[in-house]
This record gives sequence, structure tokens and C-alpha cells, in this order.
Amino acid sequence: MSLTHYLVLAAILFTIGAVGVLVRRNAIVVFMCIELMLNSVNLTLVTFARASGTLDGQIMAFFVMVVAAAEVVVGLAIIMSIYRTRRSASVDDANLLKY
Amino acid sequence: MDTVPADGLLAASWLLIALPLAGAAVLLLGGRRTDRWGHLLGTGTVVAAFVLGLLCTFALDGRQVDVDLFTFAATGSLDVQAGLLYDPLSAVFVLLITGVGALIHVYSIGYMAHDPRRRRFFAYLNLFIAAMLLLVLADNFVALYVGWEGVGLASYLLIAFWHERPSAATAAKKAFIMNRVGDVGLALAIFVMFAQLGTVTFEGVFGSVGVLAGGTVTAIGLLLLLGACGKSGQFPLQAWLPDAMEGPTPVSALIHAATMVTAGVYLIARSAPIYDQTPTARAVVLAVGAVTLMIGAIAGCAQDDIKKVLAYSTVSQIGYMFLAVGLGPAGYVAALAHLLTHGFFKAGLFLGAGSVMHAMNDSVDMRRYGGLASKMKVTFVTFGLGYLALIGFPFLSGFYSKDAIIEAAFDRGDGWGYVLGAVAILAAGLTAFYMTRLMLLTFGGRPRWEDGVHPHESPSVMTVPMIVLAVGSVLAGFLLVVAFPLEEWLAPVFGEPEGAEHVVAPLVVSVLVTLVMVLGAGTAWLFVGRREVPLTAPVRVSPVVRAARRALYADTVNESLFMRPGQWLTRALVFVDNRGVDGAVNGLAATLGGSSSRLGRAQTGFVRSYALSMLGGAVVVAGALLAVTAG
Amino acid sequence: MNPDVVIGTGEAVVFWVLGPIALAGALGMVLSRNAVHSALWLVNTMLALGVFYVVQEAPFLGAVQIIVYTGAIMILFLFVLMLVGRDSSDSVVETLRGQRVAAILLGIGFAGLVGAGVARATQDLPVTGLAAVQGGENSNIEAIAALIFTRYLLAFEVTSALLITAAVGAMVLAHIEREPGTRPTQKELSRARFLTDRPQTLPGPGVYARANSVAAPALLPDGRVAEDSFATGIDPQEVDQMPRPTGRAELGSPDAALGTLDPAPSDIPGGRDR
Repeated sequence: MSLTHYLVLAAILFTIGAVGVLVRRNAIVVFMCIELMLNSVNLTLVTFARASGTLDGQIMAFFVMVVAAAEVVVGLAIIMSIYRTRRSASVDDANLLKY
Repeated sequence: MDTVPADGLLAASWLLIALPLAGAAVLLLGGRRTDRWGHLLGTGTVVAAFVLGLLCTFALDGRQVDVDLFTFAATGSLDVQAGLLYDPLSAVFVLLITGVGALIHVYSIGYMAHDPRRRRFFAYLNLFIAAMLLLVLADNFVALYVGWEGVGLASYLLIAFWHERPSAATAAKKAFIMNRVGDVGLALAIFVMFAQLGTVTFEGVFGSVGVLAGGTVTAIGLLLLLGACGKSGQFPLQAWLPDAMEGPTPVSALIHAATMVTAGVYLIARSAPIYDQTPTARAVVLAVGAVTLMIGAIAGCAQDDIKKVLAYSTVSQIGYMFLAVGLGPAGYVAALAHLLTHGFFKAGLFLGAGSVMHAMNDSVDMRRYGGLASKMKVTFVTFGLGYLALIGFPFLSGFYSKDAIIEAAFDRGDGWGYVLGAVAILAAGLTAFYMTRLMLLTFGGRPRWEDGVHPHESPSVMTVPMIVLAVGSVLAGFLLVVAFPLEEWLAPVFGEPEGAEHVVAPLVVSVLVTLVMVLGAGTAWLFVGRREVPLTAPVRVSPVVRAARRALYADTVNESLFMRPGQWLTRALVFVDNRGVDGAVNGLAATLGGSSSRLGRAQTGFVRSYALSMLGGAVVVAGALLAVTAG
Repeated sequence: MNPDVVIGTGEAVVFWVLGPIALAGALGMVLSRNAVHSALWLVNTMLALGVFYVVQEAPFLGAVQIIVYTGAIMILFLFVLMLVGRDSSDSVVETLRGQRVAAILLGIGFAGLVGAGVARATQDLPVTGLAAVQGGENSNIEAIAALIFTRYLLAFEVTSALLITAAVGAMVLAHIEREPGTRPTQKELSRARFLTDRPQTLPGPGVYARANSVAAPALLPDGRVAEDSFATGIDPQEVDQMPRPTGRAELGSPDAALGTLDPAPSDIPGGRDR
């Protein structure tokens, strides 16, 4: 058991989140996947803070959480307004900006 | 050359050019408002220029006067001062240009009376006079070149004056293009002068031409000759001049007989110090003159178009002048004397031809003339005097000036001298032949007019200039050669006459020329005067006649040597341009366009596709980082 | 500083228990069809991560993770899910050709590269521990507060601006401006209703003893489903076939009193199932 385990776990979680972004079509689920990726990064930050013996990593994770909260609020509002106009929360339906 | 600054009246000699130029400007810019009095203004400015030229010439007193005007271009080592050189040689030309020009302006008032664009015609004529005066008055080669191009432009505009006729437009284009060939030669000559001597003034060039290597001088001489050939319709650039007869007849008289086409002779005479240094170039001038002399004379014998006959005659007579200037110092004066007398009688002949055409509803086919002597007495008499002067009838002007050239040719003393003299005498016979044929076809015999043609004498505004020129044709030779020798007048330019021994006695030459002339005229009478003239040219003729009708295949040669290869080259270039250059550019554009539209397909609008490519990029970056750190 | 803090067995146990749970949560989130299930799976993972934070000497972050993330943010997600409702996008059938295969391949590649890289680079990573900065009287919260209000003060203040902006932005985006008077009055609504083929009210959903969901349709007297009673946006549930009451004769037991599914129970004496 070492800190490497945490890091590898974080990497795997991050990858699952990324793949989820790619394969899910519901915008809200996509958003959840992004949250998962942010969380895995936070885990990495906390782990490195412990490894280095300074608190800066934790501070950074804290800021990530704040920014994530703000992002979720705005992002969900956007999803809602899109849903209102298009009656759909699918990311594939918002595809007018193309060739 | 020792020039003195201008003083008194001569300081105002720039007005010679400014007057007709102002006339042209007023007529061209004034528009329709000047229609009613435009021809009078045009004529008035030229008459005023003639009077001024006369006064200047009297004030000249054998000096060479330099008139400084302004700095034309001063860049680095090239310093071109616009200036005029008024010397006896220029004076002779000024008087010829303004004198004959004024007469032809007067004549044109009548000739162009019914043309809706008469004002523009006079504007172009004024422009021509101004450019021609600049050409002969310039004191450096650059200003001469400006005038040279100016007369080329005016000539183009006037040949194409009736541009609604395709033949006129084509002829104008032909003249312009063939002149360009010559002009390139002149321009190159000026470049060489500047490169080698650093100056383009007559004084500077002629003063230092001696220091140049022989080859360079020869090159300059040959390039100048190319320019002269283009402008004067000399071999190998003679083909445009007969076609230029598509212009109105006064134009043919003024530009394509009396003045502009003699600019080549002027150029060579003016550049005498250069040609004195290079016997090679002079020999080429001689050869060009002799060849053109014969070509013009032979081609003139077989033409049915009255103006074409006169045009080939002009080509031939200018060949005489080239022959003379090619002879060197001995021939300059003879060439200029012939130039002046030719200016009189050929202008008179053209005006007479214009009068005849005027009477015959603008027909130029001599086979449909005949019997006009009784209907148009003034025209007949003035034309006849010009004719006699041209063929060298004793004691008329052509007799003096042409004999002088033939004498000068014999005076060369060597075998070539005899050859050239013989050629000149033979051409004199041919001249007599074709001119007699012209006279007989036009004025003699029975009328062969087309229906509805009622010949009448032209108005006096046309006949008076013809009479004046006829008097000039009769007297000019005597005046210039015997009474007031041109030799002495031009002595400041060409040096004192040497009074050399004649190889063949002048009397012998005169008798010989007269005999040949009578022989030629008699032959013409045998061919034309004795029998009925067919209304259309006979088809079954000897190869010689066929060749002569087609001007010794000059156009054919030009077409096959230059036009066709040029067209082929153009087609090849167009092909290369279309397929090669355009193909490459279009292909590149099509490739880029195709690939971009194909790449555009990647822009599906699906966010997830974009995210996938981002992940792909992240994988590549991670792999690269790992490879770098591990490596 | 003590560079050689050894990770205890307890922590290892926690990791090996919660690590798979976190992974399972993540996979479940990605794989479940229902978005609400996804949210719950994610909550699962986040809770596990919160425990990891606490274990890794970051109790404040662990608390924040649980309170703010799983508590607040995920509830927000659920609210929006309820507002938006179920959707065809919940389908897990892939519509972009090759997207899923490419995503999985790239994901495996990425995980392999990053995991291998991290494992290789950090196998000798010393565990310094945070005892030096937050040991004794100086607790974790105090140490973090000291840093936030000194070194990271500017970023912290800017964060407040970010939050305000986000709140205002969300309000602007979600707000619907409605002109006063554009809302139809009751008179207009009722007039419109009487102009249709069906002036009477729609039937309510079926309400039964074992199902009072709006998803349960009402039944017509002949036993058919009343389609007018379907709620919009919700798939109708399987009709909850309540056993019909039978009658005193059949009431053998409390269970039997609830009735039978048999279509014609009255013919059978003595009841069937005991």
C-alpha cells in the first residue's frame, strides 16, 4: 500500500468519467461524468498534498470544488433553457453549429 | 558643333511647338463648342507657326542656337534638359513641316468639309505638327524620342480616322505595330548612348562619340537605322506605309509623304557624326536604301489603287534619300534636297489624287478613271507638274535633286558606286513607268467611270494649295540646288562643300537619267496608253507582275516569318497558361477546396465527436510525454 | 518533517474496501440507463472519495465533499432531472458510428498510459505527511484558513465574485419573462375547453391500495386502461391489477380477504389460495 494506489485509482476514475462524457447522450449525465473527473483530480491533489507535506494541494482542491459548484449551477441552467426551447436534453440534438 | 544661346526672336521658338499643341488641346478639350470654327483655329495655328518659323530662320544667320527650356528629368547621373536646337538643318525641316502643313490644312478645310468629325481631324493634324516640330527641334535624343512617339501616335489616330472601316482600323494597327519595332531600336540606341557616354544631348553624344569602340558605334548606328526604317517605311519594315493610305488623303500627303516618313532621313542626317565613325552602319544604310528603292519602284508598277502607287513611290523615293545619306558627307545635302523637293511634289501629287478621288466618289481604282484631263483642268495641270517633277523631267525639281543623288552614288568611285548608281538610274526608269501609267490611266484615254459619277473640279480652297505646291515642285529644285544652294545653307551642320571631282560628269548622268526616264515613260505608253484598259485587273499575268502586285510578298514574308510563329507562340503560351499555370493554380485550389470540404465533414456539430478527438489528443500527448521521460 | 511515515494497515483496509466501491459507483453511473440511478451511483462514489479525503489528513475537504458535493450539488442535479423528466437521450443505444468503440479504446489507452506513467513515476514517492503543518493545536481547518486568508486571499476573493456571477447567471438563464396579461384567464381556458370535443375533465390517475403513483393509469369499468389518465412524460406503469374484492364467503384469511386475481372468483366455493 502506497500513495500510488490512490493516484492510479484517480486515473481510472478520471478515465471512466471521460469515457462517460463520450458515450452518454443525456446532458445531465454528461455533466455528472465531468463532476466525476473533477473529483478524481481532487483526489490526486489531496494525495500529493499529503506526499509533499504542504497544504497547497488541499487549497487547490478546495478551489476546484468552488469552481465546480459555480460551473454546475450555470451548466444546469443552460441545460434547462436548452430543454425549454428544444424539448430535449440530448447533447446530440444541439448540433446546428456545423459545416 | 558650336551652339550659342538663344536671343531675340529665337528665344521664342518654343512657340513653334506650343501653337499647334495649344490648337490641338483646345480642339480636343473644347468638344462640340469648337465645331464651327475648329478647322480655322487649327489652320491658323499652323500658319502662325509657319510665319514664326520663317522669321526665326531669317534671324538665324547661319548660327546654331540652343534654347534651354526646363529640366525634363534629373535622376542620378541622367540629366535630361528639355531644350530646342535651332540650326540650319532644323530650320529647313521647320519650314517644310509648317509650310506644307499649312497648305494641307487649308486643303483639308475643303476636303473634310462634309465629315462630321472634321474638328477632331484638325486636332489630330495639329497634334502631329506639334510632335513633328518637337522631333526636329529637339536638342537631345530623349526629346526627339518624345516627338518620334508623338508623330507615331498622331499617325495612328489619323490612319484610323475612319475607324468604322475595318481596313482602316487594321491598317492603323499594322502601322503602329511595325513602328513599334523600329521604336524599340531607337530606344535601345538611346539606352546604349546613355550607358556608354552618360549623356543623351546631341552636343554631348556627337562630341564624345569618337572615344567609343568601333563596335559600339556600329551598334548605335544600326539601332538608329532600325528606328529610321520603322518610321520611314524602309526595308524590312516597309509594309505598313502603303496600307496607311487608308487614312484621309491629306494625311497621306502630309504625314505619309512629305514629313513624318522623312523623319528617318532626318534622324540619320542629324546623327551624321555617329555614322561618320562607322562605315559598316553606313553600308547597311546604303543597302537598305537601294533595296527599298527597287522594291518600291517595282511594287508601284503593278498597283491599281492610285494612292497605293503614290505610297510605293514614296517608299521608293525615301529609298533614294537613304541611299544618299548612306553615302556619307557627300550625300547628306543631296538627300535633304531631295527630301525637300519630294515634300513638295509628293504632297502636291497626293492632294491631286485626293481631288480626283473627291470627284470620283472616293473611288481609288484607277481602272475606273480615265479621261479626267478635260473635266478637271486645274487638277490635271498641277498633278502633271508634280508628275514631271517626280520622274525627273529636265529642269524641274526632281531632275536636280535626283541627279545629285545619282552623281553622289557614282562619286563613291568604287565598284559599289557604279552598282548603286545603276540601281538608282534603273529605279528612275521604273518611276517614270509607273507614274506615266498612273497619268494615262487617270487623265488619259476614254472615261471608264462607274455609274452615277460626275467628275467636277474641286473648290478653290483645295485647288489653291495644289497650285502652290505645283509651283514649288517646279521651282524648288532649281532654287535649292542652283540659285540658293542648300549646301551652303547647311554648311554649319555638315561642313563646307568640298567640290570633289566627279567620277562621271554630271552632264552624262543627266542625259543618261533623262534617256532612261523617256524609255520608262514610253514603255508605259506602250502598255497602257495604246490600248483599251480592262476594268478589272487581268488575272493571267507573268509571275513578275504577280509578285509586284503583292509588293514582292512583303506581307507574306512578314506573316510567315513573324505573324504565324507569333501566333503559334501565343497559342502555345495560352495553352501553357490555361493548362499549366491555371491548371496548377486551379488544381491547388480544387485540392484545397475539396480537402477542406472533406475536412468540414468532420465538423458534425456533435459535441461528443469533438470530445472524442480531444481525448485522442490527450492520449497522444500523454504518450509523447511518457516516451520523452522514459527515453 | 518525517519523510518515512508508513501507511498503516487500517488505511490500506479502507482503501481496498472503498476503492472498489468508488470504482463500482463510477461504472454504475456510466452504465445505468436511468439518469436518476446515475446520480445515485455518483453519490456513492463521492461519499467514498470523501472518506478518502478524511483518511488522507484532509478532514475539512472530506466534510466539504460530503456536505457540498453530495449534499448540495447532487441534489441540484436531481432537481434538474425532475424538471427535465425522462428523455429519449436516456437510451444507451449509440447513434454516432464508431463513437463507443473509439471512446472505449481511447479510454483504455489513456488509463493505461496515465496509470502506468503515474505508477512508474511515483513508486518511490515519500509520504511526508501533514503532521508538521496541522499537528497539535494547529488543526486542519485552522491551517487551511491561515493559507486561504494569507497566501490565497486574492484567489479566494475572486472566487466569491465567481460564485455571485454564477448565481446571477443561473437566474438569468432559468428565468422566463412573461408579459403581464399574457397568461390566459380562467374564462378563456374554460371557453377553449368547451370548444374541444371533450369538455369534461380528464380522469385522474388510478389510485389503488398498492400504488398511488401518477404513473399508474386509471381503469375503466370493463377493466381496460383509461388512456386519458396517462401522465405526460412518464411511461405508464404496468397496470396494478388489484385483486378484486370477492365477498364474505371467500374470506377465509386476512390475505384471502384482499381478493383474488381470478377473473370469476364467485363461482369457486371456499376460496382458492390459502
